[in-house]
Formats: sequence, structure tokens, C-alpha cells
Amino acid sequence: MPFIPHTAQQQQEMLDEIGQTMQGLFADIPAELLPESFNLPDGLSEQEVRDRLADLAGKNSVDLTLFLGGGFYDHFIPSAVYSIISRSEFYTAYTPYQPELSQGTLQAIYEYQSAICRLTDMEVSNASLYDGGTAMYEAITMALRITGHNKVIVDDSVNPIYRVMIHSYTKNLQIDLEETRCADGLANRKEILDRLDNQTAAVIVQNPNFFGCIDDFTDLAEAAHEKGALLIVSCYPTSLGILKTPGAMGADIVTGEGQSLGMPMSFGGPYLGYMASRKKYVRKMPGRVVGETTDREGRRAFVLTLQAREQHIRRDKATSNICSNEALCALTALVYLSLLGKEGLRETAQRCADKASYAYQRLTAIPGVEPHFKAKWFFNEFVLDLPCEAADVIARLIEKGFAAGFPLSRYYEGMENSMLICVTEKRTKQQIGMLAEALESVL
Amino acid sequence: MKLLFEKSVPGRRGVCSGPSDVPTTINISDDLLRDESAALPELSELDVVRHFTELSRRNFGVDTNFYPLGSCTMKYNPKVAERIASYPGFAHLHPLLPQLRMGGMLTQGALAILYDMDMLLREITGMAGFTMQPMAGAHGELTGMMIMAAYHRDRGNNKSIVLAPDSAHGTNPASAAIAGYRVVSVASDEHGVMDMDALREAVTDEVAGIMLTCPNTLGLFNPHIREICDLIHSVDGLAYYDGANLNAIVGKARPGDFGFDIVHLNVHKTLATPHGGGGPGAGPVGVGEKLVPFLPVSIVVKRGDGTYALEYDRPKSIGYVAPFYGNFGIILRAYVYVLMQGGKGLARVAEHAVLNANYVKHKLQDHYASAADGVCKHECVFSTTESMAENGVHALDIAKALIDRGFHPPTVYFPTIVREAMMIEPTETESKETLDAFVAAMIEIAELADKDPDQLKAAPVTAPVSRPNETAAAKNLNIASL
Repeated sequence: MPFIPHTAQQQQEMLDEIGQTMQGLFADIPAELLPESFNLPDGLSEQEVRDRLADLAGKNSVDLTLFLGGGFYDHFIPSAVYSIISRSEFYTAYTPYQPELSQGTLQAIYEYQSAICRLTDMEVSNASLYDGGTAMYEAITMALRITGHNKVIVDDSVNPIYRVMIHSYTKNLQIDLEETRCADGLANRKEILDRLDNQTAAVIVQNPNFFGCIDDFTDLAEAAHEKGALLIVSCYPTSLGILKTPGAMGADIVTGEGQSLGMPMSFGGPYLGYMASRKKYVRKMPGRVVGETTDREGRRAFVLTLQAREQHIRRDKATSNICSNEALCALTALVYLSLLGKEGLRETAQRCADKASYAYQRLTAIPGVEPHFKAKWFFNEFVLDLPCEAADVIARLIEKGFAAGFPLSRYYEGMENSMLICVTEKRTKQQIGMLAEALESVL
Repeated sequence: MKLLFEKSVPGRRGVCSGPSDVPTTINISDDLLRDESAALPELSELDVVRHFTELSRRNFGVDTNFYPLGSCTMKYNPKVAERIASYPGFAHLHPLLPQLRMGGMLTQGALAILYDMDMLLREITGMAGFTMQPMAGAHGELTGMMIMAAYHRDRGNNKSIVLAPDSAHGTNPASAAIAGYRVVSVASDEHGVMDMDALREAVTDEVAGIMLTCPNTLGLFNPHIREICDLIHSVDGLAYYDGANLNAIVGKARPGDFGFDIVHLNVHKTLATPHGGGGPGAGPVGVGEKLVPFLPVSIVVKRGDGTYALEYDRPKSIGYVAPFYGNFGIILRAYVYVLMQGGKGLARVAEHAVLNANYVKHKLQDHYASAADGVCKHECVFSTTESMAENGVHALDIAKALIDRGFHPPTVYFPTIVREAMMIEPTETESKETLDAFVAAMIEIAELADKDPDQLKAAPVTAPVSRPNETAAAKNLNIASL
């Protein structure tokens, strides 16, 4: 039997030893509650299951050249990442409740927290949350706890996928969630300032935003702080290789999707929600946190700390219900950042920006293709207006082997002809040239 | 051991990307750039590999040795699932592809797996529909509570209370509270299962529902489970099944048949996906017929022509709880496991998990104080004996002494209703030889508790660190090297 070691003889010996039958071990379940039978298939051998799954994998189109991003990116992943995270001492361990047997996981999480702080210029980080969207929701509840206010303002240049998620999560809470409509590709200062009042818990913005535009939120941080509100910034971590940090802008909570730090796209997960904040708010922060201490012989040691915030201690008064998080994904991000290092991350970010800039020039040279936003700085995504419906153009480009971008009409009214194009460091000059030719040919 | 940052050598490079094929242009205004590069470590690839190899040697996983951590179901994680999850056809699949026009046709393999998994989990649990979105068990609980709230809103019910037993996992009350409910704890009776009189008293019109594991955290199957569900239904409440302990009954009995309305599964427990040192997991949620309209969007449906599609237009849905389809890579591993086990294999999983727990319980009952009499399900709970207590020996000391004997300790001090609790869950993947060796170690420790308690107090002596100072960690907070 798969993965069960007892022989029939051993099974009998054990039953005899405890004076039971297998039936007897389940006699506590009332007979009337048992199903007559299960309509489940017979088990497959490893070879059969590998063949079947290889067949299913073959029905997914992974040979398209990707210019599709939208918050989820096709970055280069060094081989050593997979090699390291495949060490089963890491991936077959549980949450590090026994520090003596978990110094590997614990030190790695401490180093991850440090790397996230250094990347974002913040002071504290937790051990991970599920993804960028749930991290944003956790940031909202954290801001509600800190400020005691109940209004949250989010600009619609924040990833629409996160916005629909926070709408789901806040439905049962007594909060006033207001959206502002971005102004020419950037967070709408006027609308945000109009709505910002002394009942506001947080203002949420994103950098680079969903359209790829780069902003500096220093002014919004100051305005929010004047009203006793917090600034929450969602941030694409790769961009922090070169971009001004949310810490330098005065953000109070920084969250984001960590998938770009060494995780494959894997059809939507597992990913990594990261969260960083200021030291003064650390006791209001959700999720696991690892701290450095010493053991009884004075040796450096790492432990889960500030557990009094957590569900297994505080139960219904906890800062969050999170238990399992995304520890292996946090390890992945740490390994990725260590392999790239200080210069490598800068270089990757710069190359994303360079290639996007090159693609922008090539694509906007096509007659009828125009930039949607005027004179805005962008990182590695930008919005183009086409002379016809974007969803249709994208569908035609799939036939030519490109996932050329994302049709913005799916989430934004009045943007039927607009498409969001993403260029990572993996795309070559040649691929960009071929996309330009293909786009011109279908218009 | 040194930190990564302490090993950094200025100017050293790991991965090198070679020259760029496009010109480097200053295309971003200076005031939007960071002043200095992030202070990440500067190391060679080998430096990094050695650092993490050393860290991995300071870690303990199921592959290292026996890991009887109660309530966590630390069973073997089949290697084939890891291999399949790394197939490029899954790992390189962009989640936004199905949102492109006709894009569903680009991901038929992945959608087929999500659909098929839905069907399999329905049959395993006796529910009418599933979402694969929740990314962990507690996330499943929150999703379930959001579904509960949406149901009551839809019915015009005014409910504010969720019940949970005093033996519940901490996530239960935390999840209910986050969904906006007040949590009322229901006492256990002298046998360790929910006290029916206490429950009858607690069930009022205010009650939105109840959250239960079954078997419970003492490893006991509550014979009144149907009655409990009926009682909750009598006030139009909903019964929530926390699947943390499903390994005890998988393939044998189904929460849907007990009367539960909402179920979550911890696939990183019952369905053998790795725990990852604390995630990623997955917590698919199943619901009964009347709750199907409230499931999160999107849902995978099978069309008349045999192709699969995502359905978004579900007006009563609670919305999105994940950006896409949940932790697909984890659901995929669980799918592989279910296919390999088949229906009969799953029943055998439960049988052997229960057999192993009862075997350990039987072997230890003369040496430790058992928290409950009779047959247990997937786990058993012990306390220290009176003489151990007199010698000042705590569950923690026993746990640390096990480390020196090569075993991961059981869960200690949970459930909180048991004094000095030690919660042992062997799982079905452990051999008789392993169980015998563990039992021998536990008996040796019990004897030491009488003869030489100081030796237990000194444990562990073989681990890289020994009893780190947790109070100091919280007081002199150092959670990042900056």
C-alpha cells in the first residue's frame, strides 16, 4: 500500500497487543453515520500518476512569450534557489515550535525579516502572510487597531485583484472603505485629501502602481499623519532594486506580493505576502515573528517571539487568525535575494526598466499605438492605447505565440482599447522586436 | 552561527547576468530612485549554498526522523508530488491567462485538475461543492466564517455568536472573531468531549454556528456529533467542521454525513503535502447544497463539450479570498496523493493512523497519565504522572529529553484543558520499529523522571542550542539585523 509500512503480520501483532480489531478501533463512530460506500477511484501507481499528470501539464500553454504581468511576474530564477529549498530538512518541517530542532528555519526567517526591512527601508517585518492581497487586508486591520479609526481610502491604481479581495474581507467589519479614481495614472491627490479626515485609519497606494507608473508618496504620508492616519504602501519588491523605498517616503506599513523573488508563477500560488512596518507598531502586527536571543549557554539562538499577539495564545483576541503562513516561500525569497545580492538585485531591476523602456519605444513607434498616460515614469509595465479593442488584439496575438499583455477593460471602465504590457529582464531584444512586428501585423 | 549578512564581502557577486541586449537608459527621474542599493549580502553562489546547507543541518523534518507532533499530522510527503509540481506545464503557468479572451483554453490541464479535485473532495467529505482558494487551514476557517455570515445576511438572520469547544484550536475562535462574531466557549465533559448540557444551554437564537474538530483534540470521536449538528440547525445555525483531524476518518466516514454544513481540509495534514516549515499549505473549503451559492469566485465548471471554464458570475458569492485559484501548486500535490491512494488507500490511511495511535497509547499508558480512557482515533494525549510532578518534571522536560534521543517531541501544553499535556500523533506512515523505538525512549525518560530528574532538566544536550531564553527575546526585541 502506498506509504504505509506495516506488513499484514505486523498489523495483526499490533492489534493483538492492544486487544483490538480494526473494526473495533472504529466502533466509536455510530453505524448510522457511515456511508454505504465511497465512489472513489482505485489508486494509481507512481508511473501511472506521472503519465497522467504529464498529459495534463501538456494541456497548459506555457510556450507563449510572456508580456503579461499585472502583479505576477516571469522573472529569471537561479538554479540554486530550487536546489536549496528542496532540502527536505526545510520543506518537511513544521512551524518551528521546538527551537532546538528548528534553528535552520528560525535563523532563515530572521534573515528574511532582515532582508525585507533592508529592501523596504522599514524597521520590522513578520515571517510572511499568504499573498499580496491578504497582506493588504491584514495591513488594514492592523491600521484599524493602531488608530481606532474606521475609514480606509484606497486609490484605484492599486492592483484591482487586491481591491476585490479587501472588499470580500471587510464586508463583515464596521469599516468605511472608499475608493478614489486615479488621476492620469497616479494616485489621485485631490480626491484622497478631500476624503482624508480624523476618522481615517489608512490610505492605501501602490508603487509602481497597477499601470506600472512610479510615484513618490511622501506628500501622502505627511497628509495622512496629520490626521492620525497611516500610509499603507503595496510595493513590487523587484522594483526596490532601484526605486525610492516606501520607508524613505514615510510609509507606516508596507505590504506586497513576494512572488517575483524567486517563486514560479505556478498558476496563482503558492506565493508570498510580505509585510513590514515601524518598530512602534510591532505589537499590533499580525503573523509569526522570529527574534534573536541566547540559549542557556550563551549561544546565539532564534525563537518565535511576541507570541502573545497570536491565535494559539490569545484565541479570539489575537491580531490575526493566521497559523500556517508561507515559510518555505519566505525562504525562497531569502535565497533568491542572497544569490542576486546587493548588485544583482539592482541590476535585475535596472534591466527590467531598460527593457520596458526599449519595448515602449518600439511599440509606440507603431502607427495607431499611443501611450495611455502622458509623460509618466514607469518601471517595467506601461499602458498602450490601440486603435481597436485590446482584448481582441491580445487574442489574435496568442495565435502568434505571445501573451502580449492584459486588457484593462476587465477592471477599468472606459479602457476598452487599453492594454497593460509587462517586460521583465527575461525578455530579449529579439522577442520585443517580434512582438512589435506581430502587433503591427494584427492592427 | 553567523548570519548571511555577517558573511558578506563587499564587491563579491553570486549570480551574474551578462551584458544586456538593450541600451541602459536613465529612464526614471532621479528623485524617484533609491539613494543606495539595498544592503543585501554580497556572496558567491557557493557561499549561499553552504550557508543554507548548514542551516538545513540545524533543522528537523519528517525525512529526518519520527515527528509525532499532535494535531499536525506529520506524515511522509511523497517525492513524486514535488516532482510533478515542478513540471514546466504547471510551474510556468501564468495565473492571468484564463482572464484573457478565450484564455481558458490555454489552461485546460490546470482547470481539469481543479475541477477533478473538487469532485474528489466532495466524495471524500460528503459536501456539495468546494473552493480551492483558501491558502491554509486557518484561511479556510475564515472563508467558512465569511460564508456563514453571508448565509445569515441572506436569510435576514440576526446572529452574533459562534460556539467553539474549550478544547478547540486557537485558530477557531480567532477566525470567528475576525469574521465579526463573538465567540462563546463550550465546556468539555469528564470524558473530554463536548458537554451536551453545556451545549444545550449555549444554543440560543443568537447562535450563528459552531466550529468543531471531529475527532477532537483529545483524539476522541464524539458519539453525539449528529445531535450537536441537529441542535445547531434547530436555530438555523451552521455546523463548521475543522478538518485538522480528518486523517482519523478519511475514507471511512464523512463530515457531510454527520450533519456538517461547512468543512475545511488541511491538505498539508491529511493529504500529505509538505508543511514547509510553516506553510505554504492549502485549506480547501466544502459546503452543503444550500451554501454553494456563497462560495468564493471563481469556480471551475465543466461544459457540455467536455472543456473546463471559470465561472465568475455568482451574485451571492462572498467574492475573492485569494488572488486566483488558491495555492495551486499545493492543491496539485494533494491531487497526486489522492490519485495514488484511491478510495481504498484513503481508508487504509485512517485505519493505520488510528492503529498506530492506539498502539502508542497502549504502550505508554502504564508510564504516563492518559488524558482519556478507551480507544482513541489519530492521536492520544498524556500528562505527567503524579510522581513526575512531585519531582518537578514537566512536559517540556520530557519533550527536550526526546530531542536528545533523536525524536521530535509531541505537541506540548495543548489542548489547554489537559494539565502538562503531551499530544502524540504518530500518523500511518510510521513503521512498528519506529514506534517501538519511540516508546522505548519515552519509557526510559519516564524512569529517569523518577531516578534522575536533573538529567531531564539539562536536556537537550545534543542540539545546536538548548532552551533559548524566550522571555529575553520578547523583552530585548531583536527581530531584524539592520
